Amino acid sequence: MKRVVITGAGTINALGHSVAATLDAMKEGRCGIGPLEFRDVDRLSIKIGGQVRGFEAEGRFNRQQMSLYDRFTQFTLTAAKEAISQSGIEFHGELSAKSGVVLGTAGGGVSTWDDNYRSVYEDGKNRVHPFVVPKLMNNAAASHVSMEFNLKGPSFTVSTACASSNHAMAQAFQMVRSGMAPVMVTGGSESMLCFGGVKAWEGLRVMSRDACRPFSANRNGMVQGEGAGIFVFEDYDHARARGAEILCEVIGFAMSSDAADIVMPSKQGAARAIAGALQDAQIAADKVGYINAHGTGTAANDKTECAAVADVFGPHADRLMISSTKSMHGHLIGGTGAVELLACIMALRDGVIAPTIGYQEPDPECALDVVPNEAREVEVEVALSNAFAFGGLNAVLALKRI
Amino acid sequence: MSIQDKVIAIIAEQAVLEPSDVTLESTLEDLGIDSLGLVESIFAIEEEFDITVPFNANAPEESDFDISNVAAIIAGIEKLTTETA
Repeated sequence: MKRVVITGAGTINALGHSVAATLDAMKEGRCGIGPLEFRDVDRLSIKIGGQVRGFEAEGRFNRQQMSLYDRFTQFTLTAAKEAISQSGIEFHGELSAKSGVVLGTAGGGVSTWDDNYRSVYEDGKNRVHPFVVPKLMNNAAASHVSMEFNLKGPSFTVSTACASSNHAMAQAFQMVRSGMAPVMVTGGSESMLCFGGVKAWEGLRVMSRDACRPFSANRNGMVQGEGAGIFVFEDYDHARARGAEILCEVIGFAMSSDAADIVMPSKQGAARAIAGALQDAQIAADKVGYINAHGTGTAANDKTECAAVADVFGPHADRLMISSTKSMHGHLIGGTGAVELLACIMALRDGVIAPTIGYQEPDPECALDVVPNEAREVEVEVALSNAFAFGGLNAVLALKRI
Repeated sequence: MSIQDKVIAIIAEQAVLEPSDVTLESTLEDLGIDSLGLVESIFAIEEEFDITVPFNANAPEESDFDISNVAAIIAGIEKLTTETA
């Protein structure tokens, strides 16, 4: 088995258009959530979100690219460029033939669906642009990354709602660990912040109208975000041989299915994924210093997640730190695990723990150290990243300082 | 603008050329327009003239619409716009 390390990271989200800007915002505990701005927002009852601002796609992509890139693809390519450029890898020959890209998204080209449904239903048009299908398909982003960076190995898209990017990164990790691929580009993206995307979420009545306050007793729901997080996962020996800068090591993962309910989370399913990741990483529970929580800010998730952590870690649950950065960037749905992995990297590499902001009242059902409101400087050896999706599909990654 | 000028403008935009670089004898291949570029051009033509072009990308040679060069495309559109009117 190969050791797997991360040698490149890229992002765009409501907190910033780069990893550096995002980590600065997390250190400051800055909130990227604000009033939504798009057509027909006045017809929504939920009017806030973690929207990416100041992103001028027209300046980055040419006309032909614009006709093929949905916003989720634009985010992906922007983050991939940052990650791959940081890694310093160029894909040629055998490396290109074996390396691939596995990404997560829940909705794919949601705004392309939205715009074109509007055009044929509301505006009564009988013709749509010929590229609607290749623009909206869930694998569009992965395919464009493969074309842009010459990745000819295993490439596909994983769609498991809010766990999509954790499942994707787990796949990429397995491929590098097994020796199947020397390098994998992985992560995820989402862009559902359009009228139809938010309207669908409103229907569930789990959205907050004012703020995302994970673990706080007065929390009142989740807030959607958008953006992408992309990473370069690389065989440790390959990275060392070329003198690459290593951000951290990926040491294990686990996936589980609740097999219980289509929306309500299960403590047992979450606990099995967390415990499974520790077992896969062959690491003792008390080595874990930080968990990036799924922490959606809903009543159901946060208490179930805290109970699962308490079950797996026992007395050590009171000593570790667990925070939800969704309080700052919102819930990126299929891309959320990817952006949240950055908080794990910051904890391991920089010794800075991102806070759970918006925290106002302790909840006895979430009685863990949730790093309320202010970042903390603590050295951490091992971090976990949780993702628990609708449909009861869970994926947890374990990372280690290097 | 005549039908000819409008079609040439659409094709030129697709080929990222000046309209003056597009001649009646030019083929789509000469202009560097691939199959995706062709369906996008046909979409733009349909939008511009409010017509339906009988073109099937699976079997271009069997379509009742000649795309062998710019002149043929213009002739086909002139015929379709007359039928619509």
